[in-house]
Amino acid sequence: MKPFGYVRAGTVEEAVEALAAHPGARCLGGGTNLVDLMKLGVEHPDVLVDVSRLPLDTVEELPDGSVRVGATVRNSDLAAHPLVRDRYPALSQALLAGASGQLRNAATTGGNLLQRTRCPHFQDLSKPCNKRAPGSGCGAREGTHRDHAVLGHSEHCIATHPSDMAVALAALDAHVELYGDEGARDVPADRFHRLPGDHPERDTGIRPGELITGVVLPPTTASLPSAYRKARDRASYAFALASVAAVLETADDGTVTHVGLAFGALAHKPWRAERAETALHGAPATPDSFARAVDLELEAARPLRDNGYKVPLARNLAVDVLTRLAPPARRPRHLTEDS
Amino acid sequence: MTGTGTALGAPAERREGRQKVTGGARYAAEHPLPGRAHAWPVLAAVARGRVTAMDTTAALESPGVLTVLTHENAPRLTEPDDPTLAVLQEPGVPHRGWVVALVVARSLEEARAAALAVRIEYAEEKHDVTLTADHPEAYEPETANAGYPARREYGDPDSAFASAPVRVDVSYRVPPLHNHPMEPHTSTAQWEGDRLVVHTSSQGGTAVRATLAALFELPEDRITVDTGHVGGGFGSKGTPRPDVVLAVMAARETGRPVTVALPRRDMPALIGHRAPTLHRLRLGADDDGRLTALTHEIVTHTSRIKEFVEQAAVPARVMYATPSSRTLHRVVRLDVPTPSWMRAPGECPGMYALESAVDELAGALGMDPVRLRVLNEPEREPDSGKPFSSRHLTECLREGAHRFGWDRRDPRPRSRAEGPLLVGTGVAAATYPVLVQPSTAEARALPDGTFVVRVNATDIGTGARTVLAQVAADALRVPLDRVRTEIGDSDLPSASLAGGSSGTASWGWAVHDACTRLTGRLGGLTGRLPGEGVTAHADTAGRADAESPYARHAFGAHFAEVTVDSVTGEVRVRRMLGVFAAGRILNARTARSQFIGGMVMGLGMALTEGSTMDAAFGDFTESDLASYHVPAHADVPAVEAHWIDEQDGHLNPMGSKGIGEIGNVGSAAAVGNAVHHATGVRFRDLPLTPDKVLAGLSGPPAPTSGRGG
Repeated sequence: MKPFGYVRAGTVEEAVEALAAHPGARCLGGGTNLVDLMKLGVEHPDVLVDVSRLPLDTVEELPDGSVRVGATVRNSDLAAHPLVRDRYPALSQALLAGASGQLRNAATTGGNLLQRTRCPHFQDLSKPCNKRAPGSGCGAREGTHRDHAVLGHSEHCIATHPSDMAVALAALDAHVELYGDEGARDVPADRFHRLPGDHPERDTGIRPGELITGVVLPPTTASLPSAYRKARDRASYAFALASVAAVLETADDGTVTHVGLAFGALAHKPWRAERAETALHGAPATPDSFARAVDLELEAARPLRDNGYKVPLARNLAVDVLTRLAPPARRPRHLTEDS
Repeated sequence: MTGTGTALGAPAERREGRQKVTGGARYAAEHPLPGRAHAWPVLAAVARGRVTAMDTTAALESPGVLTVLTHENAPRLTEPDDPTLAVLQEPGVPHRGWVVALVVARSLEEARAAALAVRIEYAEEKHDVTLTADHPEAYEPETANAGYPARREYGDPDSAFASAPVRVDVSYRVPPLHNHPMEPHTSTAQWEGDRLVVHTSSQGGTAVRATLAALFELPEDRITVDTGHVGGGFGSKGTPRPDVVLAVMAARETGRPVTVALPRRDMPALIGHRAPTLHRLRLGADDDGRLTALTHEIVTHTSRIKEFVEQAAVPARVMYATPSSRTLHRVVRLDVPTPSWMRAPGECPGMYALESAVDELAGALGMDPVRLRVLNEPEREPDSGKPFSSRHLTECLREGAHRFGWDRRDPRPRSRAEGPLLVGTGVAAATYPVLVQPSTAEARALPDGTFVVRVNATDIGTGARTVLAQVAADALRVPLDRVRTEIGDSDLPSASLAGGSSGTASWGWAVHDACTRLTGRLGGLTGRLPGEGVTAHADTAGRADAESPYARHAFGAHFAEVTVDSVTGEVRVRRMLGVFAAGRILNARTARSQFIGGMVMGLGMALTEGSTMDAAFGDFTESDLASYHVPAHADVPAVEAHWIDEQDGHLNPMGSKGIGEIGNVGSAAAVGNAVHHATGVRFRDLPLTPDKVLAGLSGPPAPTSGRGG
């Protein structure tokens, strides 16, 4: 790895000053992805700003009923936090579905959002990759791409975002809090990451010199039925082949009054299923209407040579999760009999 | 453990266990010698071609860099028997990931940073890395790995198959697989004047010494190879790999001790892999289920520089009685890394295919698959006609069926569901040959009443130190705690490698003989022993390697229960149970560990371990342990290993068969057969990952077998 400078920030202001003073600097949280990429030569910052000791390591309830998660809260701690487990089970489940126990103990909330794709071509300096080296081409399109995007990809990049946590945040209408030299702002979690378009080197809309300070979970989705489900090649420590986070509220008559639905591992960002959500509002919370809505969403899928399986897989996952979240009377027979 | 004559078979604890878990056991990289440098390999970025220009200026100017070795300046080697060891000798690139430079620096970090600064230009040629069953360059080699004939044929299998009332004609694919031992291939080399000392992670230090002596033109007595602790190998450390050659080169060039520890990501290209195998099986049977024809033909790949042919059709020569058979290997040279040994080469992929096909035949016959196997038990080894020294496959199947609760199984496919989960069970047989090689050993009695046994055996994590002490204690008729073993050093009496499940038999035979002789000598002595003790030597050459009139194999039976999630296509194993007949079990604790480890490896082969040869780039896509999915703890459920008490007087003085590999043979087939039972769909392309399974569940199963007519 290339030699680099190291700045330890004690406050958010110090961190932002350090980022301003060292353009191209990277923030070091748990280091579980960044340090690996530095070893590989994929990331080669001149300066690391260590933000892991910032006083952003708490989960707190705000007066309006929302829950604020500091950027340096570790994934394990967040998953286990009573406020998260009770009110936002999808988030807790998503966190626990990610990585391994050891990695979750180290990884931070902010770092989880800023982790890079695990596209093997991105991680291999001997291959073309527009995300790593803009203009060099996309090795994955010709090469191996079983794990790659089916939605929203561009001719320049077919990578997926690897986070489980971010998928739950998108479905839960969370916001990401940012702080930079122009002050604080916040961005809806489902708009924090971007599609590759012509600039796959940009994963997010974060501005140069900005720092993630936290994530806010809103009162509107608190305590609604929510769940996360992930399909993967092995039972633990594997990235999603496809995943789904869903929040569902129904009226007494069995119609949908609120739904949040997001897919993981299908796109360059957590894919908020807005068409499906629109179709479901006011619709009966039944497997049939879930399937119709999800099919509508997945019409936009453009599978590649080797990843067409993701479309039926995502469909099955979404219908299954929504059906489980729907009131018991609406469940199909096979779910109520045995499980 | 204080009695005499009772050490063998006891569950003695690993002697180095405490050292290992407390970090006291030194592995090959853990020799912080004064001035020690570290090296980082630079790998070829094209799949075929040659290096046309190499600019090391920037790398040489990087902090801490001592030298950069390339084909232009590296020491010349005598041409090795193994072409994969001819590193940095010429500009040709036989595959992507071939070593084209080695950066040596004061620290690992400096070497790695400078490696990024080496500029290389290539003349790239069109490559072909794609194995197909009908590849035009496929040829029939003279022999497959381990010297087995590429082709064996008897009877008239084609017409017997054509006229068989019940036929199965099926194809299976086993992908490339990677050994990935926990400890990467690592060597630390140091020149002490004209002496060379090497600490290396190898399954056999004797062979490393011989290879280095030849490559660097040194007498063997000036080379010491230390293999004191080795963190697994699974075959990939069975012969020297490039790390040790590079370390010795770099140490010679820099005048310092040098460590080469292969980065995990370099391992798929440099340490060998299990070559992919494409299988075609044709089983013909009469209406009663007796085989009339058995044809197993495989196509595999090898590299441009070395012919290695996975002997996957060989177990079909051992398993079942049939009046006609053809077993055939074909191979294609491609621009791929060189394949090599991986745990149970041949038997592992071959028995996956054969035992899956037998399950399909049972389905076609409507017969229980345990019964079908028992029905087709041969009286003699089918191919050679030799009598078996012992064969207790039937006992393993019956014992396993009893323990597993096989008789409660509803044989109908897709007959059991728990909500969205489809549940199924499967069975498969296992076999692995008895291999043994000549070794030497020394046993010494000391005046304090203790004994030292010395043999250059290698403990790759199996418990060799412990079991050899047990062999010695029994032969000497003394308590186990009075015996010390010295192994893992080429200055000790030379011995064979830890491979082919032959280690314990080969070393143990020599240890047993040395101890028996020592006992004889001690019996003739009176009074106190001299200070240096009394020593006896043994050499089993001529006996251990003598041709046996018997066909000698271990056998076993695997049972597995799986769930298949109809929502996602995710397959998970609920339980696995193996019963083995492997001669006398010498240490119940370490043997169980070996069996279970092999079974888990089969689980990974069946379900999770996918490796993709990228046709566009010519490398293995899954190059780290995040993407190459060996089973995680959550994948490994209740795994039980049992064995039957097998007496066999035609093996070695201990009466043991090897146990290192048989657990890995057939276990993938048991899982795959269980998936078929759960789903009613036969998946023939490993691993059974959700993408394939979900597609299979939603599509009609391919009708490729059934009653002929």
